[in-house]
Amino acid sequence: MRPDLLNHAPILIILLFLGGAMVAVLAGLLQRRLAQPWAVGITGSATLLSLFGLARVLQEGALRYQLGGWRAPIGIELIYDPLSAFLVVVICAVSLLVLIHGRRIVPEEIPGREVPFFAVALMLIGGLCGIVLTGDLFNLYVFIEIVSLSSYALLGIGTKRSPLSAFRYLVMGTTAGSFYLLGLALIFMRTGTLNMTDLAEILPFVSGQVPVLVGLAFILVGLSLKAAIFPLHGWLPDAYTDGCSTATALIAPLGTKTALYAILRFVFFVLAPAYGAGAAPIGTIVAYAGAAAIVWGSFMAMSQKELKRMLAYSSVAQVGYIALGIGLGSRYGLIGAVLHILNHACMKACLFLVTGNLRRNVGHSYLPNLDASVRREMPWSMAAFCVAAISMIGLPPTAGFFSKWYLALGTVEAGQWPLLVALLVSTLLNGVYFFRIFEQVYLKPAREGASGREARGEAPLSMLVPTLIFAVLLLILGIGNVYIVTTFLEPIWAGVL
Amino acid sequence: MIESLVPFAAVMAPLAAIPLIAASSRWPNIRELWTLLAAFAAFFLVISLIPSVDADTLVGSGRFFIVEGVPLELKVDQTGLFFGLIASTLWLVTCFYSIGYVREHREKHQTRYFAAFAACIGSTLGIAFSANLVTFLVFYEMLSLATYPLVIHSESPKAIRSGRKYLTYALTAGIALIAAVLWTGNAAGTYEFTAGGILEPGMLSPSAMRLLFLLFIVAVGVKAGLMPLHGWLPAAMVAPTPVSALLHAVAVVKSGVFGVIRVVGFVFGPETMAAYGLDTMLIVVSGTTILLASCIALRQDNLKARLAYSTVGHLSYIVLGIALLSKSGFAGGMLHMVNHATMKITLFFCAGAIMVHLHKDRVSQLDGIGRAMPWTMGAFAIGSLGLAGVPPVNGFLSKWLLCEGSLEAGLNLPMVILLTSGLLNAAYFFPIVYRAFFRAPAEGVAEKGEAPPMLVVPICIVAGFSLLLFFWPDLFLGLARDVASAVFGGGQA
Repeated sequence: MRPDLLNHAPILIILLFLGGAMVAVLAGLLQRRLAQPWAVGITGSATLLSLFGLARVLQEGALRYQLGGWRAPIGIELIYDPLSAFLVVVICAVSLLVLIHGRRIVPEEIPGREVPFFAVALMLIGGLCGIVLTGDLFNLYVFIEIVSLSSYALLGIGTKRSPLSAFRYLVMGTTAGSFYLLGLALIFMRTGTLNMTDLAEILPFVSGQVPVLVGLAFILVGLSLKAAIFPLHGWLPDAYTDGCSTATALIAPLGTKTALYAILRFVFFVLAPAYGAGAAPIGTIVAYAGAAAIVWGSFMAMSQKELKRMLAYSSVAQVGYIALGIGLGSRYGLIGAVLHILNHACMKACLFLVTGNLRRNVGHSYLPNLDASVRREMPWSMAAFCVAAISMIGLPPTAGFFSKWYLALGTVEAGQWPLLVALLVSTLLNGVYFFRIFEQVYLKPAREGASGREARGEAPLSMLVPTLIFAVLLLILGIGNVYIVTTFLEPIWAGVL
Repeated sequence: MIESLVPFAAVMAPLAAIPLIAASSRWPNIRELWTLLAAFAAFFLVISLIPSVDADTLVGSGRFFIVEGVPLELKVDQTGLFFGLIASTLWLVTCFYSIGYVREHREKHQTRYFAAFAACIGSTLGIAFSANLVTFLVFYEMLSLATYPLVIHSESPKAIRSGRKYLTYALTAGIALIAAVLWTGNAAGTYEFTAGGILEPGMLSPSAMRLLFLLFIVAVGVKAGLMPLHGWLPAAMVAPTPVSALLHAVAVVKSGVFGVIRVVGFVFGPETMAAYGLDTMLIVVSGTTILLASCIALRQDNLKARLAYSTVGHLSYIVLGIALLSKSGFAGGMLHMVNHATMKITLFFCAGAIMVHLHKDRVSQLDGIGRAMPWTMGAFAIGSLGLAGVPPVNGFLSKWLLCEGSLEAGLNLPMVILLTSGLLNAAYFFPIVYRAFFRAPAEGVAEKGEAPPMLVVPICIVAGFSLLLFFWPDLFLGLARDVASAVFGGGQA
């Protein structure tokens, strides 16, 4: 690829998605079946581009991209460093697999609405990349709103109840957006800048002023709502349960995680110079909110009968892990948080894809009705489910163990024993609700003919292959976690801690 | 230290067999061939390490950073070699017995059975060869997980209940271990197993030190069957008998005991143990376990349950020996690891043969079966004598060393406990032998004859081990004494 093209990689990736979304609508008018291949094509090219971009960043160092040639802090700046480049690759690759998986299931679950669905999905992915890449706080707001609006639309297309759930999400999401904007206005009033780097330099001079503190509080609460950090998670379970399978598989692994990433950037890159890493009291609050989320989410997940809803509550818990890592504010906390963003994206995507396979071929994902016939018909899907579930529980050698390890190391280092207990207890709780499913699927004898459905066998290849890739990735990510840490996280330490 | 891939290969051989076993589920003979090949490979690889490992030389397989700053490292020292030898040798014998057993018994899900079995052995060898706490933790958790499919093997409601019980114990132990490992790493600045310990007195406050030790003991004590953490072991007897034999008498439970050795000798070290009274704590727990378990075993009519409680008692012999903090006690404890393994596996093999051949699993049903199955019950008699500590079976030697260790430590009570337990062992094993040989057989038993050779030959082999190790204990005794010297410093024990 031409090197000068790669100089523009960050903006090209975003534009590819946003432009692709517009064209998808036109292409869809022509031929409805074209929508999915188009979306896959766009995401595939973006994945390639992001991979080349990542290689270049690793070779030549971080790139600060001035949008339209306007210098920061006047113009908008995109930050393309190893961490953000890496996360863009993750976002693109995960979405690519989920979109491939959607080829069969989207037309079946929401017939006739494929075109808007895939167009909006592209918008969403573009927005997610934007959140990760941007170095400007107002620009961040714009991308967050793009993501939120497309999420409302995607989750609103689903079962009969989904518009209601999506509306609740919309109310909460808009409130969050307003909080963020309000906070930003207060900060801008005092500092006159929206650029993250610039703000980090100015903030130490005004750190004690009331409007600044109030602004920061608004921003953090807004972002926490978006990220569904306990106790601001109320909207999440309903929204995830009622959406169509592909929508949930796209939003659950990536949506809240990018909001968390925004918090991470904000806390470590903007607040750290003025308030110290983790911004002491704020950090502690965030960490303990995370611990509460872990315990609460796990308990709620245990009592769910619908697989999707159970996974949604487990997302609340998993968000807690990441929040805990950010709140710790130490090196190990940060490693754990970033790794868990990555690991959780793969685990949750895998689990939601299996749910999709179940809904398509078994007809439901209602836990009490699952039995050994499911395992006989779909051995590979269930094998993938097992790997992802073991990773969720956090047993070696799967990826989940290692992010948990770093987080636990961070809590020990900080002497925060209650947080360590929460982390470890969650292992047990996760074990309870996942082994319950293992027992159902592997050990509960099938009642012949009771289900009144014909056996449809294993999911088609277009659905099975992405599911299995995620499962294998979980093992690779687990064993290769040190490579990720040293290659993508190490280069940014200097600027952070 | 010698760099070599042998330790890595020994751990990988059983693990690599798993996909092959799974892939050839339709051709049972080929599937069993993979198991046997892996078992032979692991056996010879471990045997080949004997000449190169001595007190000063280790064999390591390089390092691979599993967590930042902490390598996944396999390194064979004498302690690891000791355990590795037990596990790999007895796995090989069990393979033959397993094949005979599952075919005779027409078990379902044989592929899952053999795959999980291989995973267990791979993890056990990993535990044996772990060079540091993190590697140990990784394999320890893998072992917990790999055992689950074997416990629930029959898929009966009882098996599923036992499976839940097992998982609850195992996962709780797992989180205790994570906490303990992290804490140790934070306090000592290293995870590396070092003879004599890495935690110096004064690194933590006395109460923190005791809490940390307690965490460790909960973590490894679950697998080692220390009371009150032993509940899963009798419940897990619903598993097929070869599983009970190899895993619940040798590999899994001995991993727990091996953990105790590592924790006492290589993490805390004798000095720190003594400084905070941790040895007393461990002596009390293990001594109580020995007596209680023996008493409970007396009252079990189910043969496998009786063996299970006997296992709980004998595991605590080993823990007691280590807790004595004397050279002879430590060496005796280690020696009892191998001795108990050969004796108890003999008894379990016999129980399995009786079950598949005569369909009997209660002690009260065993009248006169010695006439039908003289070889099986002869082996049973050897194992029983050994566990009661009667020569010429190897159990006598380790018990002798343990008693010596007790006196060396200046304590009389442990010796009294050991001797009492010997009597109790005799009380719950000898009646079985008496029934088998001296009571009139029930109708139709005498005509059934001996069990098939695929079962009887392995039984005779392991019983033979028990006798051989009485007359030629040099290899294991030498290793055990060397380890004790390394841990306690100074010359020969």
